[in-house]
Amino acid sequence: MTLVVATLVLGVGTFAFRFAGPVLRARVELSERAEKLMATSAVVLLGALVATQALIVEQEFAGFARPAGVLVGGVLAWRKAPFIVVVLAAAGTGAGLRLLGVP
Amino acid sequence: MRSIRRTLDRELVRDIGLVCLAGAVVAASFGAIAVSSGFPLWLPMLMSLLVFAGAAQFLFVGIVASGGNPAAAVLAGLLVNARHIPFGFAVGELLGTGWARRVAGTHLMVDETVAFALAEREGERRRAAYWTCGIGLFLCWNVGVVVGGLGGTAISDPAALGLDAAFPAVLLALLLPSLRDPAALRATLVGVAIALATAPFLPPGLPVLLALGGVLTAFGTGGKRPRRNDGVNDKADSADRTDRGTLC
Repeated sequence: MTLVVATLVLGVGTFAFRFAGPVLRARVELSERAEKLMATSAVVLLGALVATQALIVEQEFAGFARPAGVLVGGVLAWRKAPFIVVVLAAAGTGAGLRLLGVP
Repeated sequence: MRSIRRTLDRELVRDIGLVCLAGAVVAASFGAIAVSSGFPLWLPMLMSLLVFAGAAQFLFVGIVASGGNPAAAVLAGLLVNARHIPFGFAVGELLGTGWARRVAGTHLMVDETVAFALAEREGERRRAAYWTCGIGLFLCWNVGVVVGGLGGTAISDPAALGLDAAFPAVLLALLLPSLRDPAALRATLVGVAIALATAPFLPPGLPVLLALGGVLTAFGTGGKRPRRNDGVNDKADSADRTDRGTLC
């Protein structure tokens, strides 16, 4: 029962976070500068997410296999490789290095 | 929805499909982990329907499974999901009008949908990418959880498949076009530095939020940005900038 309540609270809270932007946006006329600021904020958040997900697990260094995979994928994407190649190369590098015993 | 089909090309659909597929595997591992940690199958199912945010779900189950207080697990999950507040401001216009659409579109707001939308330049394609990725991921995620929960622990470790590296790589690939804008690149680099510097000391979620400090450094606090040249190219420069207004 506690877990149902906890799940509900997490669900409602998450929805409220997600809904805040669309609701407030509809009420206020945003200047072009503010629009740009919002878009940049999303880019910055996603960038920070990439970096922390790639390098940190439970407040510690994630090991080499994961960031190596992300790096390979990132370089391929930068060189305009097809998306499927980027994804498979990133996963393959991570999985391959682990097979070889790299943490 | 008909307009979405017309707007999306095959390549984008394939890219989104690939991410959905990978999402299904991660979801299956979530279901397997939750069930093998002693939770009844309906709990990860309910959570995936109501919360629909991978990182927060893993965190919640991890904390409770290791004997933590459910209230602490909720707080941790909310902290991780707080990044959706600025996401909502960035993609809010893509949800469309009408109550049902806005509620559904809001619920589909996750890292991947936001990133796919931001990677498109034109409004209609943005909307199409957002909705296609959102609906696809929602279906794959929830089906994956059920399959994983029923199928046991065969894929309880997404790292063995390298999926832990694939997801950040997906986000990175989608972000690269936006990072061509010097201001966005500068803001992101500062933000990444803040997040990485604080990540060893702060609970998950908070370092990513603090990265928003990078936005302030890139845009200043209201003053003009310093001029790069002596004004000779002013016209071209400003035209260039308005052109880029829709970039990210």
